[in-house]
Amino acid sequence: MTQLAHGSAPAPVPPADTRQPVLEARSLVKTFGRVVGLDGVDLQLFPGEVLAIIGDNGAGKSTLIKCLTGAYTPDAGEMLLDGQPVHFKRPQDARDAGIETVYQTLAVAPALDITSNLYLGREFRRKGPLGSVLRMLDKKAMRDNAGTSMSDLGIGTIQNMSQAVETLSGGQRQAVAVARSAMFATKLVILDEPTAALGVKETGQVLKMIEEVKNRGLPVILISHNMPNVFEVADRIHIQRLGASAGVITPQSHTMSEAVAIMTGATTLAETPGRAG
Amino acid sequence: MTTATHQPATAADTFAARRQSPVQRVQQVLHAYPTISPVLVLIAASVVFTIVNSRFADPQSLSLVFQQVAVVAALAIGQTLIILTAGIDLSVGAIAILSMMIMAKLSMDHGMPGIPAIIVGIAVGTLAGLVNGLLVTRIKLPPFIVTLGTLSVFTALGLLYSKGQSVEAASMPAVVNWTGTTFAVGQFRITVGVVLVLVLYAITAFALSQTGWGKHVYAVGDDAEAARLVGIRVNRVLLSVYTVAGLIYGITAWILIGRAGSASPNALTDANLESITAVVIGGTSLFGGRGLVVGSLLGAVIVGVFRSGLSLAGVDDQYRVLAIGVLVIAAVAVDQWIRKVRA
Ligand SMILES: Nc1ncnc2c1ncn2[C@@H]1O[C@H](COP(=O)(O)OP(=O)(O)O)[C@@H](O)[C@H]1O
Ligand SMILES: [Mg+2]
Repeated sequence: MTQLAHGSAPAPVPPADTRQPVLEARSLVKTFGRVVGLDGVDLQLFPGEVLAIIGDNGAGKSTLIKCLTGAYTPDAGEMLLDGQPVHFKRPQDARDAGIETVYQTLAVAPALDITSNLYLGREFRRKGPLGSVLRMLDKKAMRDNAGTSMSDLGIGTIQNMSQAVETLSGGQRQAVAVARSAMFATKLVILDEPTAALGVKETGQVLKMIEEVKNRGLPVILISHNMPNVFEVADRIHIQRLGASAGVITPQSHTMSEAVAIMTGATTLAETPGRAG
Repeated sequence: MTTATHQPATAADTFAARRQSPVQRVQQVLHAYPTISPVLVLIAASVVFTIVNSRFADPQSLSLVFQQVAVVAALAIGQTLIILTAGIDLSVGAIAILSMMIMAKLSMDHGMPGIPAIIVGIAVGTLAGLVNGLLVTRIKLPPFIVTLGTLSVFTALGLLYSKGQSVEAASMPAVVNWTGTTFAVGQFRITVGVVLVLVLYAITAFALSQTGWGKHVYAVGDDAEAARLVGIRVNRVLLSVYTVAGLIYGITAWILIGRAGSASPNALTDANLESITAVVIGGTSLFGGRGLVVGSLLGAVIVGVFRSGLSLAGVDDQYRVLAIGVLVIAAVAVDQWIRKVRA
């Protein structure tokens, strides 16, 4: 398997404990009745990196990031943001802490227009009494700002920012959701299978957006099934298996087929330590 | 309406960029402006009824239409808010009656001055809406079930409180029945109640289209889980919607006293279905998340126009009932169709 060298070649990963993780999860447990979603998962995200999470369907990837972002409350375990313990009770808490997430189900309001979706939950209000008394939205400022942010992210031109999101193609909707997270994140961005439903060209666009976010210095957690994509953009790869972590590898230490073998349980990280990573 | 992120590259992109048939364009325009259908129905009906009997367009008969539809139009505002959140309110009429009997009895039997009696009545309506909201958000019961239950509860409370007796407006302080006062605008006779309804529509339309709260109402109705994930406090939005709806039903109670000239616990028997009818004919989706409050005003007026037009045409009133039924089904079918618009 070839390794895809990329623009900003990922630096060899230093030993994990020398740097303070931006986000760290320890022994997270989440059950749904008898179903065990997470069975004691550890995760570390370091500054400026793209951390991929791979795993079979049902391995607990979405559950993991939902716990990290306050969409679920873990049953046990702890989470640290910049070394400080955090307890997110709802998604808004994670957002307020600077974590932005694009969920697998693409949390958008399909009937609302693009600008409204970008600012949903943090609308700009007009200055003066129109805003403070009448709570009036500053639609023009939001529209202008949204246009700039979208083009900064290299999301071509969506000509009509006031069109309903449901009239967009899958790739364009995904772009809106990624743009929203990139616009507001101050700590990190989490993307759950952002390219699963996309074609080749649209996938390329989303990967470019991930690079763009990374270039801004924000770390990214990327969940994906697509090994070539993962090996292209990830600095490290967290392998999730049956609700637990099966180990962390890098695109340098292991090949795609080794990663798949660990992910499916055909082998383990102990049996396949890979090249020094 | 087309959007081009990049030049077409794949077969799917070429497909997406294909030319659209006229039918698809109609679908897209209706999707962007769902209120077009009720506007067209209203214009067409008015033209036909005027041709059949020119008295339809007389200022007197039009004034009467507005006065007749005012109460249902007002109730439809609250109903619209709730339907926008993908809910439904079957306790509309019961809350309005309860508020109305409180206004009437307080000011008559207990000698309370008019304005405090009105305020207490409106407050009780608001509280009733809050109760609906709490049951929907805290106990997590479907709105249909909650309001089916409170329909009986509030109806019974209204009857018990009033001992089943009507109160004549003449025996109440003038302000309680002020909403029935008419004044002339050109050749039209307008009541204070009609003006109040229009003001309520203007305020609600402003709140829905110009404030963050309005966006959140649409987002919650569109996809509550998605709204939660983007950080909207879904339960707070729902609670506010049911409470505001109760407030509007309370104000409607005041309008109703003026319109009816009395406060009867047995009034408004069809209010639930009539308000839902107005909302649906007005192009608001029963599935939530799309529609405009002004559509409900049009919907209420359309019903009034059919009543007036068909009676002036000398047709049995059952044809109105029949026509409205057809309109409701057509409106929902159109809504289903335009919701299928995709890029
Ligand atoms: N809300 C839920 N209720 C019940 N079971 C759930 C729920 N969410 C996830 N699960 C279960 O948890 C396990 C992990 O699911 P998920 O995190 O969605 O996997 P992945 O994203 O890796 O495909 C699966 O067995 C799934 O059925
Ligand atoms: Mg998943």
